[in-house]
Amino acid sequence: MNQDLKNHINESLKKGVRLDGRKKEEYRNIEIKVGVIATAEGSALVKCGDTEVIAGVKMTVGEPYPDSQDQGTMMVGSELLPLSNPNFESGPPSIDSIEVARVIDRGIREGKAIDTKKLCIRKGELVWTVMIDVLPINHDGNLIDVGGMAALAALKNTKMVEIENDKIVAGKRTEESLPVNSMPIPITVLKIGDNLIVDPTEEEEEVLDARLTVSVLEDDTLCALQKGGDASLTTKDINEMIDLAIKKSHEIRDKIKEAL
Amino acid sequence: MTNEKLLVKDKDVVVPGEVLAEGMNYLPGNGTYRLNDKVLANRLGLLVIEGKVLKTLPLAGRYLPRSYDIVIGKVIDILMSGWRFEINSPYSAVLPLKDASFTYIPKGADLSRYFELDDYAVVKVTNVTSQNLIDVTCKGPGLHKLRGGRIIHVNTNKVPRIIGKKGSMVSMIKRATDCMIIVGQNGIAWISGQPEMEVITVNAIQMIEEHSHTSGLTDKVKDYLEKATGRKIEMTAEVAEIGEDVGNVEEMRE
Amino acid sequence: MASKYTKRDNGRGFNETRPIEAKAGVIKKADGSAWFRIGKTTAFAAVYGPREMHPKHAQDPKTGVLRCNYNMMPFSTEDRVRPGPSRRSKEISMVSTKAILPVVNLVDFPNAAVDVFIELTETDAGSRCAGICAASIALADAGITMRDMIAAVSCGVVDHQAVVDLDGPEEHMHDIDVADIPIAMVPSTEEITLLQMDGKVSKEELLKAIENVKPVLKQIAEVQRKALKDRYK
Repeated sequence: MNQDLKNHINESLKKGVRLDGRKKEEYRNIEIKVGVIATAEGSALVKCGDTEVIAGVKMTVGEPYPDSQDQGTMMVGSELLPLSNPNFESGPPSIDSIEVARVIDRGIREGKAIDTKKLCIRKGELVWTVMIDVLPINHDGNLIDVGGMAALAALKNTKMVEIENDKIVAGKRTEESLPVNSMPIPITVLKIGDNLIVDPTEEEEEVLDARLTVSVLEDDTLCALQKGGDASLTTKDINEMIDLAIKKSHEIRDKIKEAL
Repeated sequence: MTNEKLLVKDKDVVVPGEVLAEGMNYLPGNGTYRLNDKVLANRLGLLVIEGKVLKTLPLAGRYLPRSYDIVIGKVIDILMSGWRFEINSPYSAVLPLKDASFTYIPKGADLSRYFELDDYAVVKVTNVTSQNLIDVTCKGPGLHKLRGGRIIHVNTNKVPRIIGKKGSMVSMIKRATDCMIIVGQNGIAWISGQPEMEVITVNAIQMIEEHSHTSGLTDKVKDYLEKATGRKIEMTAEVAEIGEDVGNVEEMRE
Repeated sequence: MASKYTKRDNGRGFNETRPIEAKAGVIKKADGSAWFRIGKTTAFAAVYGPREMHPKHAQDPKTGVLRCNYNMMPFSTEDRVRPGPSRRSKEISMVSTKAILPVVNLVDFPNAAVDVFIELTETDAGSRCAGICAASIALADAGITMRDMIAAVSCGVVDHQAVVDLDGPEEHMHDIDVADIPIAMVPSTEEITLLQMDGKVSKEELLKAIENVKPVLKQIAEVQRKALKDRYK
């Protein structure tokens, strides 16, 4: 990475000016639309500046995990589609796409967003499985956060499917909503030099020193963490980054609620 | 007598397969071709009618290097006898040792002293072979390594609009924001100044890109710059005269 | 020959397509892009290139290489599709490339690649044709030299009756013979660049179905061209 360019960004950040004129704690313009895919049980399209992500939820039935016989199962999948950025290649999922999927997954799972107990049909035999797929259409930074927003909005938009003889009736949705109890919001804070920013563009992500993704629940408790980047963080950094994430999570949660 | 008919007008946006004219009198130029007795467009472009010749100026498309172009490139490899530059094109360029600097570079010297990986520089294309092997030079007026500032990507086809006739558009932005600005033919631009002014410069350039095919562009940009910087812009006689965007269209590359 | 299929369940005329919408320039990071929707079937296409081509041994010193890549998003069908390429998606990628190749000119870009990525967000039959239509717009949007658009749609023969643009339910009717014929054409010359078929027809019925669908394909090409121009309004 060109050290000159990085220093320049650092100096500008010290003066509170980002490359697109935003302030350090400012998100780009966010637009959320739900129910955009008729073949999905729930779906959402989220635009954050130029970053655009689509999430779809498919419901199916199957066996529960052996250690949670009375609960439904869920999984978040993600692919960094080469459609969305010149730097993404076709092929098996890259480690970056795996990270996006797993971090969003952890937030939803540990935050108990989906009431999996209500997804039990017959204990030990048949439970609901919720599959959430998050895919970028245009990647200009902040995929974890925007993907997380899309996943939550899609879950809130999800209707259950009819079952007949222990199989789902494809395409027949009911009026009943998927039981979604909470909205854990992932907020990624970047450290560039001594500056902390949220909602980075792709350009800003290229010069990050470190980042911390924090999934925050309604009562400000944390349910998932992920540190990224090559540089280290001090406890002071972590403290400030968590504070900033908690602050921003309220804004983002409100934005999602507005769209529903 | 064949039916002569022109179906489009000057400065229309035309698209592949669109019938531009009927009749053998109309001649196909760049961006158009003849199919039986019709002339059709074969790329997305702005139509230019020169007498009986129909041609288009491309509105999109990646940069194809041409000799004498001044471009901004990034060092991606240090070779035995020079450096390899990425120039926003499907093809990379080579800067040979002899063209790197006016000072003598001794054999066996550490080449990274002159250009390191990821360094940006303003260079000139000296040669393009039929297989698109490209040579550049950094010896000459205005050619040098770039320090500081920021790099942005712009549409290579819109560069003439961004520069303006005799550089009038980019000069107007420079004067308004006090930023140094260098725009490469290859769609890479370098900007250096106060952070807020750089943002205004980038916005002005993006505005030109978005509206490059419309008229009244110079006024739009001037209005934006005045509002954003809070300063009145005095247009020199030259800029005012060529404030008429019609003239600038000719500057666009074919 | 008289047909039992006198009325379409969806109420459309035999030569009527579902509603079509198209937009260009929808993916900012791409060199060219498009969105194309026919009924519920929706495709995005993004073009990256001409750009350096990997792997090097696949490069062509005489011309740039066009590579189309078709993929369905997991939630784009009622039964979730496992992510990743399948034999079907690889075949569709190949025929899509061949459908578009006859109109593009990449001789100015030897050893380079033009990559087109097609993603289906929702499908209800006709997905490969929607993908080709989107890819065509995206290539033009990227400034690629091409002598015309490529318009594609499925024409079909249902119990000896030629129909245009089969939807999902029509494709899957069991009590009546359905032949699904995806077709792509160069509008200005009527050259056919994609022709596939599932089902059984006589040669005469096939040729009739093709003649029948030509004006529809020309109309689709108009929609594609308008999408490109609308970007510059």
